[in-house]
Amino acid sequence: MKQINAVLEGAGSMVMLLLRAGSYAGSLPRQWARFVEQCYLIGYTTLPIVTILSFFIGTVLALEAGYSMEGFGAKEFIGSLVGLSMARELGPMMTSVLLAGRVGSAITAELASMKVYHEVDALTTMNIPPAKILVLPRLAAVLVMMPVLIVFANIVGWFGGSVVARYVSSVGISSESYFAALRHYTKFKDVMNGMAKAEVFGFVVVLVCCNIGLNTRGGPREIGAAVTRAVVTSLILILILDYFVTKLLM
Amino acid sequence: MSAETTEANCSKTRNPFTGVEADAVSVRVDGLSKKFGDLAVLRNISFDVKPGEIFVIMGPSGSGKSVLLRHIAGLEAPTSGTVAVDGLDPTLEETRDRVRLALVFQEGALFNSLSVYDNLALYPREHRSGNEMAISERVMHALKILSVEKSANQFPSELSGGMKKRVSIARALVMEPQLLLYDEPTSELDPVMGATISEIIATLKNEYSVTSIVVTHDRDLALTISNRVGILMAGKLISLGTPGELRKSQEPRIVDFLNPKIDIEHPRFKQLETPENP
Ligand SMILES: Nc1ncnc2c1ncn2[C@@H]1O[C@H](COP(=O)(O)OP(=O)(O)O)[C@@H](O)[C@H]1O
Ligand SMILES: [Mg+2]
Repeated sequence: MKQINAVLEGAGSMVMLLLRAGSYAGSLPRQWARFVEQCYLIGYTTLPIVTILSFFIGTVLALEAGYSMEGFGAKEFIGSLVGLSMARELGPMMTSVLLAGRVGSAITAELASMKVYHEVDALTTMNIPPAKILVLPRLAAVLVMMPVLIVFANIVGWFGGSVVARYVSSVGISSESYFAALRHYTKFKDVMNGMAKAEVFGFVVVLVCCNIGLNTRGGPREIGAAVTRAVVTSLILILILDYFVTKLLM
Repeated sequence: MSAETTEANCSKTRNPFTGVEADAVSVRVDGLSKKFGDLAVLRNISFDVKPGEIFVIMGPSGSGKSVLLRHIAGLEAPTSGTVAVDGLDPTLEETRDRVRLALVFQEGALFNSLSVYDNLALYPREHRSGNEMAISERVMHALKILSVEKSANQFPSELSGGMKKRVSIARALVMEPQLLLYDEPTSELDPVMGATISEIIATLKNEYSVTSIVVTHDRDLALTISNRVGILMAGKLISLGTPGELRKSQEPRIVDFLNPKIDIEHPRFKQLETPENP
């Protein structure tokens, strides 16, 4: 019962925060500098790790595809498998997981410490709504940067798959036939589908992490607890939303 | 001193930077009680602060002074009773749009990710009061008043406790508030700086009729510049009067609080209740 209450309360305060942040959307042009800073933090600093991870996801996909398709003599279709799974599922999913771990945790830590050390209270007394200057620029930035990260993740992942397909002797198909299959079966629609997923996941991760940070109570010890809670909640929500968004976009 | 006899006489607050006038602001606390869980922190507190008055709150630490200020600033909602700033509920956003209120937090509450300069400039920038030139003038003026202008480009983590406090007071001044709440403004300052703060509070009252509520342990500040002093003990307002009345008080708790005698023969800590000595 207590848990259910906590979940409902969390969901409620998240919606409230979203509405409040949204009500200041008009102030975004004047918050250009904050928006750019958040784009940098969310996009640019996440790029290296997204690149590395996507490359290896691509390689593993190609290896597994090579192994399982060998039986059918259908190795030429490796490209289609890597292309589709990367674009529709693994790209958005893994990028969002990284976002939760890397950016989400930092957001919660920063906002929780601002709350605990009364900086958020100071903003409130100054009649500067925290939702406006702390939450809105981050939400806007994640919406802009997520597609960029996904395009990157897809291209690097596909490339990773092609490297395995070409150079690992147990797979051994040419780059041309790999990319031909990839291009033939992975449609623009599939990439957009994954992009939409990533937007939903990324937005929810940032919203959850802002909300948990701003609702931190107590002393410095609570900052750590808040970060853990934010990351775990984000991961659970990504997995649950994944099913529903996938179903919705079918 | 005449301060204690001077009634709050001007009815307008004048902005010390722009000269623009607004009505001076009153505060009314009525039957305020606050509980955190089972802990009763404030018990049935009532008092009025007139427009342009300097109202001092004294009391032992842990007696609920900061919590009381947070209620007036609208950062906490009462468990029962009401708080009104200029007749309005301070927890509402509409009230913050109407009344400029500044709180100098006990620990400063400076924005750690911003430089000292940007800490002060945030308010005028967000509320679009003036161009960057005018803002810079205001910010540097406030920093100079508190002799921290050399720290303009430093970050809060590079400042000492007393400097943080001064920057935090400067940040409140830049807001040109109608109501200024101070939580122990002189606690980490040397005696001269403490006197400067008292002078600032008195000047804001005399020249600009800013209403001030000051939580402090500083007896000089309380007895020289204030109009009235309230004493808070264990969440209750046990005394309320002018500094003159306070000085003449015979109530033992107040006498001991204002002039604690160091008694080596009978130290206080040995008079604490113990299981054998209840
Ligand atoms: N947010 C809070 N939650 C629970 N207890 C609190 C909270 N804030 C203050 N208290 C308690 O209220 C009492 C008064 O605190 P405070 O107003 O800070 O005292 P002081 O008079 O020293 O400023 C203390 O016992 C403190 O532990
Ligand atoms: Mg206090």
